Amino acid sequence: MRRVAITGAGTINALGHDVASTWEAMREGRCGIGPLDFRDVERLSIRIGGQVRGWEAEAQFNRQEIALYDRFTQFTMLAARQAVTQSGLDFRGKLGLDCGVVLGTAGGGVNTWDENYRTVYEEGKNRVHPFVVPKLMNNAAASHVSMEWSLRGPSFTVATACASSNHAMGLAFQMVRSGVARAMITGGSEAMLCFGGIKAWEGLRVMSKDACRPFSANRNGMVQGEGAGIFVFEDWDHAAARGADILAEVAGFSMTSDAADIVMPSQAGAERAISGALRDARLQPSDVGYVNAHGTGTAANDKTECAAVAHAFGHHADRLMISSTKSMHGHLIGGTGAVELLACIMALREGVIAPTIGYQEPDPECALDVVPNVAREAKVTAVLSNAFAFGGLNAVIALKRA
Amino acid sequence: MLTTELTIRVRVIAIIAEQAVLDISEVRPEMSLEELGIDSLGLVESIFAIEEAFDISVPFNANEPDKNEFDISSVAAIIGAVEGLVARSK
Repeated sequence: MRRVAITGAGTINALGHDVASTWEAMREGRCGIGPLDFRDVERLSIRIGGQVRGWEAEAQFNRQEIALYDRFTQFTMLAARQAVTQSGLDFRGKLGLDCGVVLGTAGGGVNTWDENYRTVYEEGKNRVHPFVVPKLMNNAAASHVSMEWSLRGPSFTVATACASSNHAMGLAFQMVRSGVARAMITGGSEAMLCFGGIKAWEGLRVMSKDACRPFSANRNGMVQGEGAGIFVFEDWDHAAARGADILAEVAGFSMTSDAADIVMPSQAGAERAISGALRDARLQPSDVGYVNAHGTGTAANDKTECAAVAHAFGHHADRLMISSTKSMHGHLIGGTGAVELLACIMALREGVIAPTIGYQEPDPECALDVVPNVAREAKVTAVLSNAFAFGGLNAVIALKRA
Repeated sequence: MLTTELTIRVRVIAIIAEQAVLDISEVRPEMSLEELGIDSLGLVESIFAIEEAFDISVPFNANEPDKNEFDISSVAAIIGAVEGLVARSK
């Protein structure tokens, strides 16, 4: 079994267009959620989200690229460029034969579906652009990353709703750990903030109209975000031999299924995933200083997650910090675990715990230290990142300080 | 009794009965959704059916079922809430 190092990180989300600005916003407890701005937003009852602002695709990509890149691919490419650049790896030679891409997304090219349905149904046209299919397919982003950086090993896309990017990163970790791949580009992306994307979510009646307030007694639902988080997971010895700056160690991963309900979470399934990740990483509960929660801000998730964490950690749960950064960047659905892994790396590397903002009233059913409203300085050596998806699919990743 | 009120009552009960997989005669006004075996997904599906049937918009957030202005504590309460929304939509 090989050790796995993170040697590159990149992101774009509502808090910033790179890792440094995202960390700064998390440190300041800044909220990236605001009024949504896109066509037909006035026909929605939910009009807030963590939208990426000031995004100009034309400044990043050429005409041919834009013709093929849906917004979720654009976000992926920008974040991947940052991550690969930071890693210093060049995959164009033999190294690229042993390296691949595993990304998570729940919806893939949702904007492309939305725009082209409009064209044929609303506008009554009978012709769409020839690139609709290669643009909207869920693996488009993973494929473009493989092409851009000559990654010729195992590449694919994972779609497990809100756990997609944790599942993707977990699989990338397992591939590097087992020796199947020398390095993997991994993470996830989502761009669902368009009329159809939000309209679909409205139907479930779990969205908040005003704010995402995880763990707060007056929380009233989730708020969607968009963006990408991309990382380079590399064989530890390979990274150390070339003197790479190791951001953190990926130490363990566990996935479980509730096998119970298509939307309601289960404490047992979440708890088994948390305990499994600790075991896989050979960590004791008391080794863990911080958990980045799934923390969606729904009534059901937050109380179930707190019960699962409390049970999995036992007495140590009272000394643990657990926060939901979704309060700041929103819920990036299939990309959420990837952006949230940044908060985990910040905790390990910078000694700063990102807060749960919007916290107003304690909830006896969420009686843990949720790092309310203000970031905290703390030295932690091991952290977990939780993701619990609709459909009862749970994926938890453990990181250690490098 | 106004015909519209009767119609609302009958149609709401029909929607609830269908969701609960019961005969219309088995759905009584004092029954709660729990007694009827309707879970959270069944509830949002019923609300959708009500919105479609009466061309109204029902204010309901599943995260705070007790705080909603749309009272779902019993079949009778739901009928009353729908009557109010229909009256206001005219």
